[in-house]
Amino acid sequence: MSIRSLTLALAGAAIGLAGLAGAASAADQIYIPNLVYKTGPYGPSGTPVAHGVADYLAMINMRDGGVNGVPILYEECETGYKTDRGVECYDRVKNQNGGAVVINPWSTGITYALIEKATADKIPILSLGYGRTSAADGRVFPYVFNFPSTYWNQATAIFKYIADQEGGFDKLKGKNFGFVYLDHPYGKEPIPTLDILAEKYGFTYDKYPVPPASMTEQKSIWLQIRRSKPAYVIMWGWGAMNATAITEASNVKYPMDHFIGNWWAAAEPDVVPVGEAAKGYKGATFNGVGTDFAVYKDINALYDAGKGTWSKDQIGGVLYSRGLVTGAYMVEAIKVAQAKFGNRAITGEEMQYGLENLDLDAAKIAKLGLTGLMPPVKVTCDNHEGQNPAILIQQWNGKAWEIKSDWIAADTALVRPLIEQDAAQYAKENNITPRSCS
Amino acid sequence: MFYREAGIFKTSYASDQALFRIPLDRLFVIGVVAAAYLVVPFVGDQYWLGSILLPSLILSIAALGLNILTGYCGQVSLGTGAFMAAGAFMAYKFASNITWLPIPVVIVLGGLCAAAIGVAFGLPSLRIKGFYLAVTTLAAQFFLLWLFQKIPWFVNYSIAGVPTAPPREIFGILVTGAEASPAARYLFVLTFAVVLALVAANLVRGRIGRTWMAIRDMDIAAELIGIKPLNTKLSAFAVSSFYCGVAGALWSFCYINTVEASAFDIFRSFMVLFMVIVGGLGSILGSFLGAFFIFLLPIGLNNAVTTFGLPIATETITYIEFMVFGALIVFFLIVEPHGLARLWQIVKEKLRLWPFPY
Repeated sequence: MSIRSLTLALAGAAIGLAGLAGAASAADQIYIPNLVYKTGPYGPSGTPVAHGVADYLAMINMRDGGVNGVPILYEECETGYKTDRGVECYDRVKNQNGGAVVINPWSTGITYALIEKATADKIPILSLGYGRTSAADGRVFPYVFNFPSTYWNQATAIFKYIADQEGGFDKLKGKNFGFVYLDHPYGKEPIPTLDILAEKYGFTYDKYPVPPASMTEQKSIWLQIRRSKPAYVIMWGWGAMNATAITEASNVKYPMDHFIGNWWAAAEPDVVPVGEAAKGYKGATFNGVGTDFAVYKDINALYDAGKGTWSKDQIGGVLYSRGLVTGAYMVEAIKVAQAKFGNRAITGEEMQYGLENLDLDAAKIAKLGLTGLMPPVKVTCDNHEGQNPAILIQQWNGKAWEIKSDWIAADTALVRPLIEQDAAQYAKENNITPRSCS
Repeated sequence: MFYREAGIFKTSYASDQALFRIPLDRLFVIGVVAAAYLVVPFVGDQYWLGSILLPSLILSIAALGLNILTGYCGQVSLGTGAFMAAGAFMAYKFASNITWLPIPVVIVLGGLCAAAIGVAFGLPSLRIKGFYLAVTTLAAQFFLLWLFQKIPWFVNYSIAGVPTAPPREIFGILVTGAEASPAARYLFVLTFAVVLALVAANLVRGRIGRTWMAIRDMDIAAELIGIKPLNTKLSAFAVSSFYCGVAGALWSFCYINTVEASAFDIFRSFMVLFMVIVGGLGSILGSFLGAFFIFLLPIGLNNAVTTFGLPIATETITYIEFMVFGALIVFFLIVEPHGLARLWQIVKEKLRLWPFPY
């Protein structure tokens, strides 16, 4: 009986102590929490991203002593990619340590759940290439940022790449494509855009949904693809689905260089398990890959000083680079905010100004040592996706990802009206009056 | 010393049939509810109200629902998540298409739709029992979630497929949506939890509850004494699904703010089942204890490590959380297979003799 009551007391104490976690320290520092997922079924993809962000911010702290002398306090909260834990994490971190400056949810589901909460709390959400596409309309979503590109624009850019390969958009006419996607809000996002593209350029495409519950059973899908022989197969996949699809594609002898994944379906965890068969698989990305960039001088120095958060032989992959780039965007936005409000710890509201006035041109990126890792971005009040969304196409050579194209611009003229239409519907349902940006 | 039945005389049938026959019990429950209404909203901060108590209360309602079906009527169900999703999606349809409906009505309508769906999926229970029934409810789990994701009508043809729960108010105070204060949402959910718990407590000790328990204990004998299995089993499915539907609607409207199918996946069903098992099958109190235990223990463990400022990596904390959580569940089930509710009962029995045990 005594051990039982002891356990009860301990459990009670543990829950009680949770309340103390809210105590904040008032030091002058910029608090950046990160809602990471290093565990669970998607953990292998979430881990490199988290380390990329952590390393960049640690590097800034070590090299520059913070942003303009104000140190960054970085903290992680594990969500396991689950929406309810993400909401709990957000509520836990938002008022800690003087208040969160920016939130990275790293999951489309969590982003959707936090949009209104963060807007009410005046904390900007940075959902870098995921989350709600129509949040690109900054008039309706002032606190949500999804630069450097959205799923819809990515779809148009992928077709631009295919057209370039085939020798012009008129060559797409009459062709048939395959679209393999996770049957989930994330996977279904580009379908309206694909419908419009199909109508505009006169091609057809077949949809191959993969249910999330059985991501690793795709035999029947790929048998159908073998029969219908689509000119290209485009994939909106995630987690274990990607490696399975690539394996199955090679089993049915589908030409790998005609198989293109989106930017969450083309990283090392997707191709390494497949082995030799993955060679030639292509993917979209909005960040460079590898360690041959000027910024790695400082990152390596961080690891030499023993302050790196990962092991040095693992850095440099696609998702790690994406984390680095995220860190860089946040630091640059803080600088913009500090230029206006003074070199001190800023608030979420001031960070919103920083993100909204972020203007990273090629010269600035070169100065950061990030040329080739990130595209130039110019965010404005009404366009939170950035002025020139663009992607790179990379190809797996069996050992590493190689960038195969220049920056491919998206067809924003086609996508922007869709974004505005969806944002307007959202505003109507939620009684939001879009702010004026002129 | 304080807690005893000696000297308590019932002088009327009403007092003999009261919900809490021991005055101290009644005072205690009234005190807890009063504190939950009058004290907690003022002392709890946003994190405690919005992220700890609110979801725990909502899950308590779901656990109550499953406990009625599994604990009282003996029908195993793995479809809790699907019935919660049914409540959430239908409440969203009502709220967005009939905008003048008051929000409590919307939530109840969502629950009623879930009840109707629950009855439909409860029909096989007349022929199949035990694990086989669990498999048919598993079918409900997968079919309903597939349906809500497949047919855009359920999300009002939203392109994104994840609609936002619309903000609604009672007496001019926002209770759903992100702008609503955690205190308002907490009180709204608390009211549902208290009313539904009261209804459940009275249902299970009345005629309906007794027929459920008769079916649970031995269905053939129950049939012989004149209990109709059709009515009994389907009413259990209906009431249970109603509770789950209300919980699902509240989860979407008051907690995560989006109507998202993946919030109600199979893991949610298992989570609620664990709550019922750990809390105590066939116990109203157990539903609450189980829900708070299963939902809060991982968060508490996670927070505890962070609070002490131990330099442990985020993922390690989560793995520690998984291990301790799993070990504790096994420990509790070995030490007290009848759940937390039974522990509470033992505490009460000890209190009767305190401080002079034999």
